[in-house]
Amino acid sequence: MTTTVDTPGGASTGRRVQAGLLLQRQGALIALVILVVFGVLRYGSDFATGYNVSSFTGDTAKYGLVALGMTFVIMTGGIDLSVGSVAFLGGVVAIKVSEHGLLPGLLVGIAAGVAVGALNGFLVTKARLQPFIVTLATLLAVRGLALQLAGGRASVAAPGGFQKLSTWSLWGLPVAAWAMLLAFLIGAAVVHYTPWGRQVLAIGGNVDAAKLMGLPVRRTTFSVYVVSGALAGCAGVFLGSQNGSVDTAAGLGWELTAIAAVVVGGTLLTGGVGSVMSTLVGVLLLQLIFNLIVFENGRGDISISSYWESVIRGAFLLVVVLLQVRLVRRRGTGGRPA
Amino acid sequence: MTRAGGGSRPDLPEATTTASDMGGPVSEPVAAAAGGTSGVRRGGARNRPQWTSWAQRYGAAAAFAALFAYNAVNTPFFMTQQSLVFVLLRQAAPIAIVAVGMAIVIGTGGIDLSVGSVMAIAGQVGATLVLHDKPFLLAIVAALLVAALCGLFNGTLVARFGVQPIIATLILFIAGRGIAQLITGGELQALANPDFQWIGLARPLGVPAQIYIAFAVALAAWLVMKLTVYGRHVLAVGGNETASRLAGVPAGRVKLLAYVVSATLAGLVGLIAVSANSASDANNVGLGMELDAIAAVAVAGTPLSGGKVNVWGAVVGALLLKLLQNTLISHGITKEVAQIIEGAVIVGALWLQRPEA
Amino acid sequence: MRGITKRFLGSPALLDADFEVARGEVHALIGQNGAGKSTLIKVLTGVYAKDSGRIEFDGREVAFPSPHAAQLAGLSTIYQEVNLVPFRSVAENVFLNREPKRFGLIDWRRMNREAAAILHRLDIDIDVTRPLHDYAIATQQMTALARALSTEAKLVIMDEPTSALAEQEVQTLFGVIRRLRGDGVSVVFVSHRLDELYAVSDRVTIMRDGRTIEQRPMAEISRYELVSKMLGRELAEQLAHRRADEEGELAGQPPVLEAADLRRGRALDGVSLSIRPGEILGLAGLLGSGRTETARALFGADPIDSGTIRIGGAPVHLKSPRTAVEHKIGLSSEDRKTEGIIPHLSVRENMTLALLPHLRRHGIVDRKRQTAVVDRFITAIGIKCSSPEQPIRELSGGNQQKVLLARWLCTDPRLLILDEPTRGIDVGAKRDIQALVRHLADDGLAVLLISSELEEIIANSDRVVTLRDGRSVAGLSGGQITEEALMRAMATGSAADDAGDDAGDDDEPTAERA
Repeated sequence: MTTTVDTPGGASTGRRVQAGLLLQRQGALIALVILVVFGVLRYGSDFATGYNVSSFTGDTAKYGLVALGMTFVIMTGGIDLSVGSVAFLGGVVAIKVSEHGLLPGLLVGIAAGVAVGALNGFLVTKARLQPFIVTLATLLAVRGLALQLAGGRASVAAPGGFQKLSTWSLWGLPVAAWAMLLAFLIGAAVVHYTPWGRQVLAIGGNVDAAKLMGLPVRRTTFSVYVVSGALAGCAGVFLGSQNGSVDTAAGLGWELTAIAAVVVGGTLLTGGVGSVMSTLVGVLLLQLIFNLIVFENGRGDISISSYWESVIRGAFLLVVVLLQVRLVRRRGTGGRPA
Repeated sequence: MTRAGGGSRPDLPEATTTASDMGGPVSEPVAAAAGGTSGVRRGGARNRPQWTSWAQRYGAAAAFAALFAYNAVNTPFFMTQQSLVFVLLRQAAPIAIVAVGMAIVIGTGGIDLSVGSVMAIAGQVGATLVLHDKPFLLAIVAALLVAALCGLFNGTLVARFGVQPIIATLILFIAGRGIAQLITGGELQALANPDFQWIGLARPLGVPAQIYIAFAVALAAWLVMKLTVYGRHVLAVGGNETASRLAGVPAGRVKLLAYVVSATLAGLVGLIAVSANSASDANNVGLGMELDAIAAVAVAGTPLSGGKVNVWGAVVGALLLKLLQNTLISHGITKEVAQIIEGAVIVGALWLQRPEA
Repeated sequence: MRGITKRFLGSPALLDADFEVARGEVHALIGQNGAGKSTLIKVLTGVYAKDSGRIEFDGREVAFPSPHAAQLAGLSTIYQEVNLVPFRSVAENVFLNREPKRFGLIDWRRMNREAAAILHRLDIDIDVTRPLHDYAIATQQMTALARALSTEAKLVIMDEPTSALAEQEVQTLFGVIRRLRGDGVSVVFVSHRLDELYAVSDRVTIMRDGRTIEQRPMAEISRYELVSKMLGRELAEQLAHRRADEEGELAGQPPVLEAADLRRGRALDGVSLSIRPGEILGLAGLLGSGRTETARALFGADPIDSGTIRIGGAPVHLKSPRTAVEHKIGLSSEDRKTEGIIPHLSVRENMTLALLPHLRRHGIVDRKRQTAVVDRFITAIGIKCSSPEQPIRELSGGNQQKVLLARWLCTDPRLLILDEPTRGIDVGAKRDIQALVRHLADDGLAVLLISSELEEIIANSDRVVTLRDGRSVAGLSGGQITEEALMRAMATGSAADDAGDDAGDDDEPTAERA
């Protein structure tokens, strides 16, 4: 007996939200496909080479990792603005131990990320400060810390094992890209199949209900920030390994790219709904735009500067936000500054 | 103090818990009996020591005074005109101006992340027009107009479409800098128009023009907030938007105007920056300005959830932050570590402001 | 539960309350707003800790530290606002935090299967993999119930479960409740809808002012007696009853406001009333009958689906409170904390908030005039504050209410809507406000007085309109306004003596429902 009675703010608008988000998610995928096709058609063999694909995906890997972490945080209804600085920190500390190879670098980088994530998590859950403010402060502080450690200069990695990520590849795709893919698959599985994943979504969906149902809200919230930090730290290590160095502007703006990717992919900023894989689509889409601009410039007809990149990203975000607003309007969540 | 479903704004931060805080638990049974379902266990109001309210209101000024005294004693050449006026005040002035605009926006319960980008855009508009030999007055007006338009964009998203302020202003944050760079093609360009450069470089009576401007802006804002109907409306909307609407306050328009003001002030600072550098640098103008401005407002004890506008507090906050930075640097602490300390200070100030359990 | 006492900041929400539910019975819990029903439930289920008293569940003494612990012990609550996660699927909501697992990972197939099975037992066959918000509220509540059942609850508390349900769904719910009873599960049914309580409950406990007044088998108490026990007698001093001003100069003037057949969703189902200048129209009705909704509709705070409002004879479209204010209407909200005061601002600011547009001189607030107005009203109404600059949140409830009244009074309105103006206020302030209102009405102000205190309505109204389930019934005036008449109207929808107020017939037709 499926009830068909329409209650205000109930069935029909709820269905519309879900449908709209689905459309958005598919929309991102469709846009991605369109852009790829466009790229192939317009730039021909240059674009579709294995080289371009592998360098593109390898490059995107670090942004993907950060966006993955951000997805979890946003799913709980929070936000993590510090990821860029954490990535920077992770890269710097990893390079400091780079002479010992990639693995120690990874461990150290991730550890640094975990530490900052724990700090964020603590401040959000225990001190009850708003995630926006907390992570804004850590964004400042951690960047300063990282700059300090780097001595205000670019950090150059020791040659050898550490820089393997720039050379390693498997079946044509760089290891970094595989790592990103793997991380996303694991992330998606975790969200779908583990209690932790469901709790994350429940907290974002209705935190009061979650508390009433006895969910360990504090613990789960704490953990998403730790995860986000860890992934950001890891991304920083990737950066260092791939480029062989980490300059002082590393990580700037990464948080915004991550947020944009998550939102474009179809996850609600207010939390509770979303999909890990759609963030992957979002990341690929946004990075692809940049990639296409490079090619467009290469053709020499018109010169679209890379500045258009940020404008287009902003425009995408705008469209997505407006869409979300219209869909979510009746759900009546109050505005929040953070 | 809007009441909303889960995931809503945090309660107004209360610095004092006087026993006569009747708004709280006494009306709890009423709300509870009305079918309320919030299952959060509530103890009694946690008792905050009295000094936190004092700290909130005068903390920034006190800290500034203390830091100032410390420098006066320990830092050589601190009490010279050069250091006080040309370094401290001049550097703090732009931040103060933006912070004033930010304070108004925060007063309505919102936030404006786009100020840095708007600075860049306005600066570039002004610089470009000057470079093309247009009259400098036109350049200034055009730049401010463009900035105001950005504010209109933000405000419309927030007031008309109900987008969360942080997200709405994030859009310009991301795209704005790119727009600015597009205007100039990203190149550094040197300016040589003496009229235009007056804003940034002039020294009437030996004091940099920026300081006068900052003071004028703060004074004007203070007067508006204190004396006009609009000022009262801002406080009302930030304090309790639902009640304000029910009292007939045009909340949407109030918020819209706040964002326009904030952006215009940012535009003004952008012009100052560009003319002071005698160059247009879209890449770096305003970088990090939003953080500085928010920090200045927060440190001054203004609750970020809205309802209070402390114009002079924002100014003091800007001064404090700058002085803190300079103190640290002059004692050999690197800019980077200084950043860490600033981050810690902001967190500390916010912790003092935090809402009750 | 025996002798449960619970205080909030010294103000007792529960005083020595006793509550007892037998196995396999449906027990109704009834009381007005603030009577303590929700607090009692929350103490029982572990949301609050009791100050004193003793709770026994299933033969053992218990003190649940959290609702979750209560659930594990077999005590589940279903809230009016279905407290589930809307974005998650039905099955997930049923099993959230207790998902069936295989090798540590969630076994979706089993979860879906078992959720469907439980819902099937409730006669609901739906696709449990779809998100919860795809379904109507009724189904969502069933999901909450399914969740309770999946924990093998022995006692299920339903807090106002029918407020969002349509007639059909209510009957389904009753069927389910009866089945639960048959299975030996006890149900506590909290509601204000008398018809429903009579239809399905075995016993009833009546609460008032934090105490449990009475506990009786449903069949042995008449509707009338139920309502009268619920409302009780007020301790406040009585003002002399107001005499309708039949011959005064204000009588016979055209109505300030006329509302005809207002409808809005499920809240308003045909409300009509009219108010003349100098008249106090009392609006009575039980909780949930649509009083506040009417007030908001008349103020433009909520849109109406149909119906007309005329002000001064001309039809108007009140699209926002600002329009209403322009038409010289004022509304003092029911909940002054969330909809009335701007806590940080001073008495002066709060009082003149609605008047600001008129205090404007070149955009600047005319301080002198403002101060004059504020001072005048502080003395006129007797607002106790250390100075007009004192933050309003420091004032007592009574004084806050006075400031809010002044907010509207200083705009010189034609019509003032007062929604529970004396709620949560001490006796003295209450009297002041009532006297003030009457005085203003004598001077020509039209007043719509909404109150859940019958005494207040009776003492102060020239005429009374009663609301029942969103519909206006029974207009009374002058000498007709008695407690008895009002209670009958609220209970049965008619003021006549012999309208159906017989003791609980189980098959009482649930008529007049939207």
